[in-house]
Amino acid sequence: MGLLDFFKKIEPDKKKNPFLHTAYDAFFTFAYAPDSTTKNGTHIKDGMDLKRTMVMVVLAMQLCYLFGTYNMGHQHFVAMGQYGGFLEGFHLKLAHGLIKLLPIFIWTHIVGLGIEFYFAYKKGHAVEEGFLVSGALIPLIMPPDIPIWILCVAVAFAVILGKEAFGGTGMNIWNVALLSRVFVFFAYPTSISGDEVWVSGFDSLAAGSAPVYGWAHNLFNGLFDTMGVAQFGTGAVADGYTGATPLSLAYQGGWERVTEVYSPAQMWWGTIPGSIGETNKIFILIGAAILLLTKIASWRIMFSMLIGAAVTAMMFNAWGSTPFMQVPWLYQFYMGSFFFAMAFMATDPVTASGTNAGKWIYGFLIGMIGMIIRTINPAYPEGWMLAILFLNTFAPLIDHYVVEANMKKRLQRG
Amino acid sequence: MLVNALFVIAGLLVISAIISITDNLLQFEAKKSGLDTQKENFSLFPRLGEMFSAKAPAFTNGAPYHKLTKGHSINLVGEASGDVSNKQVSRYSVKPTNYRGIAPIPKLLVEQGDEVKAGQPLFFDKSNENIKYVAPVSGEVIEIRRGDKRAISDIIILADKNQQYVQNDVPNLASATREEIINFMMGSGLWPLINRRPFDTIANPDETPRDIFISTFDTAPLAMNNDIIVDGDEEAFQKGIDLLNKLTDGDVYLGLNGKAGQTPAAGFYNAQNVQKHYFDGIHPAGNVGIQIHHINPIKSGDSVWTLKVQDVIAMGKMFLTGNYSGETYVALTGSEFITPSYVKTYRGANIAELVKGNIKEGKVRMISGDVLTGKTIAPDGFLNAKDDQLTTLKEGDHNELFGWLLPIKPRPSISKTFPAFLMPNHEFEVDTNTHGEKRAFVMTGQYESVLPMDIFPQTLMKAIMAGDFERMEGLGINELSEEDIAICEFACTSKMPLQEILRDGLDMIQEQS
Repeated sequence: MGLLDFFKKIEPDKKKNPFLHTAYDAFFTFAYAPDSTTKNGTHIKDGMDLKRTMVMVVLAMQLCYLFGTYNMGHQHFVAMGQYGGFLEGFHLKLAHGLIKLLPIFIWTHIVGLGIEFYFAYKKGHAVEEGFLVSGALIPLIMPPDIPIWILCVAVAFAVILGKEAFGGTGMNIWNVALLSRVFVFFAYPTSISGDEVWVSGFDSLAAGSAPVYGWAHNLFNGLFDTMGVAQFGTGAVADGYTGATPLSLAYQGGWERVTEVYSPAQMWWGTIPGSIGETNKIFILIGAAILLLTKIASWRIMFSMLIGAAVTAMMFNAWGSTPFMQVPWLYQFYMGSFFFAMAFMATDPVTASGTNAGKWIYGFLIGMIGMIIRTINPAYPEGWMLAILFLNTFAPLIDHYVVEANMKKRLQRG
Repeated sequence: MLVNALFVIAGLLVISAIISITDNLLQFEAKKSGLDTQKENFSLFPRLGEMFSAKAPAFTNGAPYHKLTKGHSINLVGEASGDVSNKQVSRYSVKPTNYRGIAPIPKLLVEQGDEVKAGQPLFFDKSNENIKYVAPVSGEVIEIRRGDKRAISDIIILADKNQQYVQNDVPNLASATREEIINFMMGSGLWPLINRRPFDTIANPDETPRDIFISTFDTAPLAMNNDIIVDGDEEAFQKGIDLLNKLTDGDVYLGLNGKAGQTPAAGFYNAQNVQKHYFDGIHPAGNVGIQIHHINPIKSGDSVWTLKVQDVIAMGKMFLTGNYSGETYVALTGSEFITPSYVKTYRGANIAELVKGNIKEGKVRMISGDVLTGKTIAPDGFLNAKDDQLTTLKEGDHNELFGWLLPIKPRPSISKTFPAFLMPNHEFEVDTNTHGEKRAFVMTGQYESVLPMDIFPQTLMKAIMAGDFERMEGLGINELSEEDIAICEFACTSKMPLQEILRDGLDMIQEQS
């Protein structure tokens, strides 16, 4: 009871300091479940609430976080031709990954939560938990070297215009995390496209370029020095290294070109360049399984998206006019961020279709349109972000027709 | 090679076209002859649903069997057990607020201090003077309690040791007209026992219901076992059913428990003059609203009547003996009872006397009814007239450290993030904590997963909140009652007050018509 009493003592006055009170309330309800009891209606309530749901999604993503952090370091050293084995240079890779991830993670949350707190204070209600998931997703879909100021502007755009302008949690039309990424894509395209942005720590990937290290790396060097292990500082980009992701390789020369550089095991286990969280498909699928087992994500959306993408890839195989179209449909799933989009982005319940029948149509169309964008348009390396945002716009329309069908059926009965 | 393949494909297309057209012609003919194409399969092909549907248990004997897969049963600590005991309660109350559709201040026929007999009219509503609301017991009217704005909240009767009854002149069921029977029922106090849907109001005597529905099993948490109620009163139950048949041009439907392994009680199983439908499923399969939806849904303009088993027995007893039987069985349930048990008492029994000596210390909430649809009653209050259950719960007004993430005690949930789902028979000890704050609608598909009806509950709720009448009606608000949506309210992650919203919507529609 000591901690609870302490919390109650430091509670800021609601009238004198409304903003502080909102912030206090957010942290208090995170630490302590509220003591409100049921009034009218059912006398007992389900143990599940929104906070728990959101935190479960964040937990499902943690494997991707752990792997992604380490992988950033791994790709950095692979570019220099050093520490080729995955676990070699463990301390260096982990340190590098953390140095890259933590600023992105912390700044995403400062900006995002700050805006959420401000709007909650202005509207006079509690801080709602919607940003827990968006804030966990945004770092995973950003390129590792993204300038922090671009990230902050993107997060601000996504939260203010994509969410708060519509009414806050539960009211947004578009997926907030994807809005931040699409903002970076259209406003600062060079920081998110091309082959060079998916490997961290270099200004350019031309052979012989030196890595860029900052104060944090020097700090770790000091630590490593005392421990007597290898340090940052030596090395340069190896000859012939392109930093190309499997997708961009497929554009150049089809599946043969991809397998020249990466093996299928590498593509599944994610030791390839890419956004921070999207590469390790096994861990993503584990996260997806967690979400499916706990029934937080809809299996209908995931399954229909899989079918939609597979069918479209098969149709392109039949057409087969470019090397990319000839990539066998099964191998399309080895490349790119399909699984990440399927598991965490498309299944966002607020922006997806609400009706079960609508979810089938929604998922199928995302799969189809995403695969079309990926295959036909060489300027966009990946189509899922745009496909999901597109279908987010149409989800209410899909629901509308499903509900209309139900209403018609009811009318015809009587 | 290609030409051969094309021929084969063309041949297959022609054959499948012929088969498809034949199939459609069969269906068309069936519809023209007036046969029901939904119930019977008039197609060339077997229906997938029929091939994989659950098999009805043998005791259903060909009666319609509905397997309901959606829903969620909540197993709680404190289920009543043992034999029924007679509970000596001295005070009973009749509450005008128990009946929807009457004015807050009805016209009283008795004053404080009057002696009344069981079955004697106490008050009536000025909208229909013929419908009398009667006393369940004989005794002295000791108090007429008033609430806000002089509305009458309770008419409290101190019961006699030996009950005295009003002797009614019962019409002969076989020979009397429908109008005579209805007039008798209105005057003798039987009329308020009938519940009219939609809107759950007192039945309108000028309106003939399309059908009458009775559910013989209750799946709500810790609910009363209706088999106990009908045991010994089978004749009265049958008489009540015969009476109800006279009141409608349609059918009287009985919803029975179709779960394999236990034949329903003899009183229900052997009932005559009813259409029996078997329902096999978890809560809310026992709700009469769900059963109506699966038997013959309420269409716009329809009105149906529903009654509980105890009400049917009361009607039967009136026609057998001429006396109003206010007797009712009550299940005393919940974790805060020392010995949860069944008692036999009269309608409107005093709570404090019912729980005396059997209740634990601490902050206890007393609920007339079940935890999903019941109403909180103060300790000096009285059981609601139609409730056959008193549930007790601990109040949950305390903060729990990280309670939403790592609860110390297991709690009921439809979510599989709580490991308790691995133990389906586990009985939960619950309290009244909301486990979260109210939020906007976020999760989708939750309501549909616990409501076995062809309805979109979330869309309906949004239509009510927007005040869109056509949409509300089109989405089927007339088919729902609070007790049907209660399980959705329990399951709601956003803690939305669905029953309240539904009642607002129903009030809106009622005002319009």
